[in-house]
Amino acid sequence: MIIAEQKAFEEIEKRLAPFTRVLVLGCKGCVTVCSAGGAKEVGILATALKLARAEHGLPIDVRELTVERQCDPEYLEPVAVKAGDAQVILSMACGAGVQLTAERVLKLPVLPAVNTVFIGVAEKAGTYAERCQACGDCKLAATGGICPVARCSKSIMNGPCGGSTRGKCEISSDVPCGWQLIIDRLEALGRMDLYDEIMDEADWSTSRDGGPRRIVREELE
Amino acid sequence: MKSGSNLEAVLAAGHFAVTSECGPPRGADVEAVKKKAELLRGHVDACNITDNQTSVVRMSSIAACSIIREMGLDAVMQMVCRDRNRIALQSDILGGYALGIKNVLCLSGDHQTFGDHKQAKNVFDIDSIQLVRMVKRMRDEGKLLGGDDLQGRPRMLVGAAANPFADPFAIRARRLKKKIDAGADFIQTQCIYNIPKFKEWMKQVVDMGLHERTAILAGVTPLKSYKMASYMATSVAGMDIPADVLERMKNVPKDKGAGAAEGIKIAIETIEQLKEIQGVRGVHLMAIEWEKAVKELVKGAGLHPRPMVEAHDVANGEVKDNG
Repeated sequence: MIIAEQKAFEEIEKRLAPFTRVLVLGCKGCVTVCSAGGAKEVGILATALKLARAEHGLPIDVRELTVERQCDPEYLEPVAVKAGDAQVILSMACGAGVQLTAERVLKLPVLPAVNTVFIGVAEKAGTYAERCQACGDCKLAATGGICPVARCSKSIMNGPCGGSTRGKCEISSDVPCGWQLIIDRLEALGRMDLYDEIMDEADWSTSRDGGPRRIVREELE
Repeated sequence: MKSGSNLEAVLAAGHFAVTSECGPPRGADVEAVKKKAELLRGHVDACNITDNQTSVVRMSSIAACSIIREMGLDAVMQMVCRDRNRIALQSDILGGYALGIKNVLCLSGDHQTFGDHKQAKNVFDIDSIQLVRMVKRMRDEGKLLGGDDLQGRPRMLVGAAANPFADPFAIRARRLKKKIDAGADFIQTQCIYNIPKFKEWMKQVVDMGLHERTAILAGVTPLKSYKMASYMATSVAGMDIPADVLERMKNVPKDKGAGAAEGIKIAIETIEQLKEIQGVRGVHLMAIEWEKAVKELVKGAGLHPRPMVEAHDVANGEVKDNG
């Protein structure tokens, strides 16, 4: 899923300073699962905004709404109506959700309340870690199901580099060396023959380097 | 001869090679480059110029290589994949060769989190092994990575690094084989303090026959003080300094220069031992910000004077370009 985390409250507060009527818009997709921008977080943020304004004796009218998915136009139709006379939408969705909301609700500014951080997994409750860079050309078959693009700090295709120490990456002892993981896994699978082949240069044209990407599937239209 | 560089000629003649390195200045000071290179002249067969090592901005390796080449030193242009994509790497290889640089060392590069611009976007379009293969293809096939023909080939000796002390140890000789398969003509290793472990790695290398397919230059860095030794032991990834070496540095008298003297002594002993290891074809002396130590090491280890080998003009000489 897409992992996001809430922006610093001070930053949100500063961005909202010119406004007195706000719609806080949550999303029931990924940001609900990673507890960054679901209905619960919408409620908590709305309360915090009201308290902060009250502390300074300033008015604010905060409405709350959480839609199925902000990345799907179908669920954004009621938003303009629900926004009523709100001056601004504070979206708690990922960057994709914020943008589609902005495309659909043209008359209002849409501000982000979270930072979209990565495509990843929940390692355990409250701990999320990156697993995929959406390079558009999945290489997992050759690397034992562990991604060198996302898991190696240098995205090295023929690792590990000389900085791998006791299973950790040179950048931090908190970061596992992606290539150590790949080798451990290939050994467990009895497929170290895959390691001995020089992996070719990646074709980054399928990644963001090829420009903004788009998929059209006519059979679904 | 592939490049006609002095380093290649020294190795081809069967001599025990000596290379060293210079870190370019953090500025445009040409004299700083010349001063360092002058300390090495006559004591090394070739001198590496580092490429923004530890991700700290310095004068470009190409420019500093060109300066020392004009002084008559054989330059090894270090090139990292961190800062340039395949377009810029190939362009700089062609440019470096055009300036007379005949050796290149292909590296991944330290991650930018170590440096002075941690906010930078890194590149890592290709990795060091792919870079080796790319330069070899440019030289031997006259082709760019994209497939187009080159107008004039860069006749460079292609080098790569190896760190026998990084993990997982079991894979290290195997990864070296990949670099050699890609086309590495010479290898410069990470600095060696743990000689038994280096010997173990070299045994694997020799058993695989890799020492016959490339020239392995063993890395040596003289320690300057106990402080430096303990910092390297604890804070530099992939560095292995055994307790007995640390202990020796710790026990030197407090007198000025005693640490440095002991460091030089350890390094000379190391070189003497490396000379005896099967498959080691030379040493790469990395005296970090201490270039004057190189002279002492080379003399102390009986590696002076350096052989005078006739340089080959490959571009205009015995190797004809058929392309």
